[in-house]
Amino acid sequence: MYSQKVMDLFQNPKNVGSFDEGTPNIGTGVVGSPACGDVMQLQIKVNEQGIIEDARFKTFGCGSAIASASLATEWLKGKTLDEALKIKNIEIAKELELPPIKVHCSVLAEDAIRGAIEDYQKRRGTG
Amino acid sequence: MKKFIYMDNHATTPVDPRVFEAMKPYFMEDFGNAASRTHVFGWRAAEAVKIAREQIARLINAEPDEIIFTSGATESDNLAIKGVAAAYAEKGNHIITCQTEHKAVLDSCKRLETQGCTVTYLPVGRDGRVDPAQLRAAITDRTILITIMFANNEIGTIHPIAEIGQIAKEHGILFHCDAVQALGKVPCDVQALGIDLLSISAHKMYGPKGIGALYVRRRKPRVKLVPIIDGGGHERGMRSGTLNVPGIVGLGKACDICREEMALESARLAALRDKLQNYLMTHLDEVYVNGSIEHRLPNCLNMSFAYVEGESLMMGLDDVAVSSGSACTSATLEPSYVLRALGVPVELAHSSIRFGLGRFNTEAEVDYVAEKMVGVVKRLREMSPLYEMAKRGVDLSTVDWGDHGHAQGGHGHSH
Ligand SMILES: Cc1ncc(COP(=O)(O)O)c(C=O)c1O
Ligand code: FES
Repeated sequence: MYSQKVMDLFQNPKNVGSFDEGTPNIGTGVVGSPACGDVMQLQIKVNEQGIIEDARFKTFGCGSAIASASLATEWLKGKTLDEALKIKNIEIAKELELPPIKVHCSVLAEDAIRGAIEDYQKRRGTG
Repeated sequence: MKKFIYMDNHATTPVDPRVFEAMKPYFMEDFGNAASRTHVFGWRAAEAVKIAREQIARLINAEPDEIIFTSGATESDNLAIKGVAAAYAEKGNHIITCQTEHKAVLDSCKRLETQGCTVTYLPVGRDGRVDPAQLRAAITDRTILITIMFANNEIGTIHPIAEIGQIAKEHGILFHCDAVQALGKVPCDVQALGIDLLSISAHKMYGPKGIGALYVRRRKPRVKLVPIIDGGGHERGMRSGTLNVPGIVGLGKACDICREEMALESARLAALRDKLQNYLMTHLDEVYVNGSIEHRLPNCLNMSFAYVEGESLMMGLDDVAVSSGSACTSATLEPSYVLRALGVPVELAHSSIRFGLGRFNTEAEVDYVAEKMVGVVKRLREMSPLYEMAKRGVDLSTVDWGDHGHAQGGHGHSH
């Protein structure tokens, strides 16, 4: 049912946590809803050069959603915002070998990335 | 090899070694067809079936000739409901059931609705029980059958069965009861409780899979059924098909063991269950028991662990088999309809875990699971955005969850 990669990221997720939302160089995306059984919060910290320096996540959802968010935060680090927007859920699903019924968990991660970037741009007045 | 702990005994149970021993001769030595009346092979099989019928009847205080063998409780439920609807069609076409029944009952009723029957699906209270007054009010002069389960398979809640039996009797309506989860855990006397048809499944009581029975009352009143499987006229014409002799022997033995050991075993399981519940409630905040605490099977504990999702909880409990009412675990991606019927908020339905204790669970296992569960919940809460918001004092019910929210008609996983 679960790939080894999902299991590993579930047991030892990377970048769990949150940044202080008040800081201007932070962007926060929150997607999903408790009623649907999944909420993903993803945050990026962007440096002066416009590069994502660090990322954090928290997830209420299944193991695949947790693993997707963790993987997304890893992939985000070192990317520009434009590069980050190119991360597609399909790549996450493929990397984690998600079965079809779990693909929507990776969609959440893509949506959360988008949400975080939009939020950051809004804060910087560039969005 | 890692050792796994099995705590999902409402889904199925392992076969008791004593049951397995009893079944063994009926595969290769005494393999006869119980309907072969002309030779010793048939006689031996028939004798074994006769004994099993007596064992089953004794557990529920029925007569042996009132036991009809089936392939399991799904078939028993289908036969009881469809069989009564067809046999009593001139008398009426109205059936009363309840929203938290097993799919075998609900979908049988739905099928009959397409064939001219009307069905009332009674709601349940926050404790998961039907209200006898609502049942009474639902009865019409067209009502032919009340079908309400003894105990629910997800929450273990026991319905007011004696009262329901009494109401059915007062109105001359038949009462079918799916007793799959209750048999062998709590006393179940069809005479005292006024039950006319009762569904039994062997694999929930330490017997083999693929064998079950339907109790069909023969006296006061004599219940008529139109069969759903036609053929050689076995089982008083109600269920054709060569009898599954090893399975039947296993079911009989399973019933016998339950009858003898139920009192002690249920007391032991209730004590273990309470220990588990108390440990979780004292070591974690915001955990809730689903269903009635008072009227509950001794082996069942269904709890919601706020802010963490059920499938991730089960993944954390990687060496323990339990189940969850979360949408993430279901093929339909909808949370448990049983928990929703109780009025459990959706997010808490997603956070539910059912622990189903059984004959072979030990106290050491319960202690291990209790401790492990607390660790998993704490770890996942540290990862949960909802827990963080709640700790910051955000009222989650006032948050606008945007596109993904419920605004789209409460359908889960719409993205
Ligand atoms: C309450 C209830 N009724 C019916 C069934 C179906 O039983 P069987 O698996 O024997 O068809 C089950 C088991 O899933 C059950 O829990
Ligand atoms: S979050 Fe529900 S299936 Fe992944």
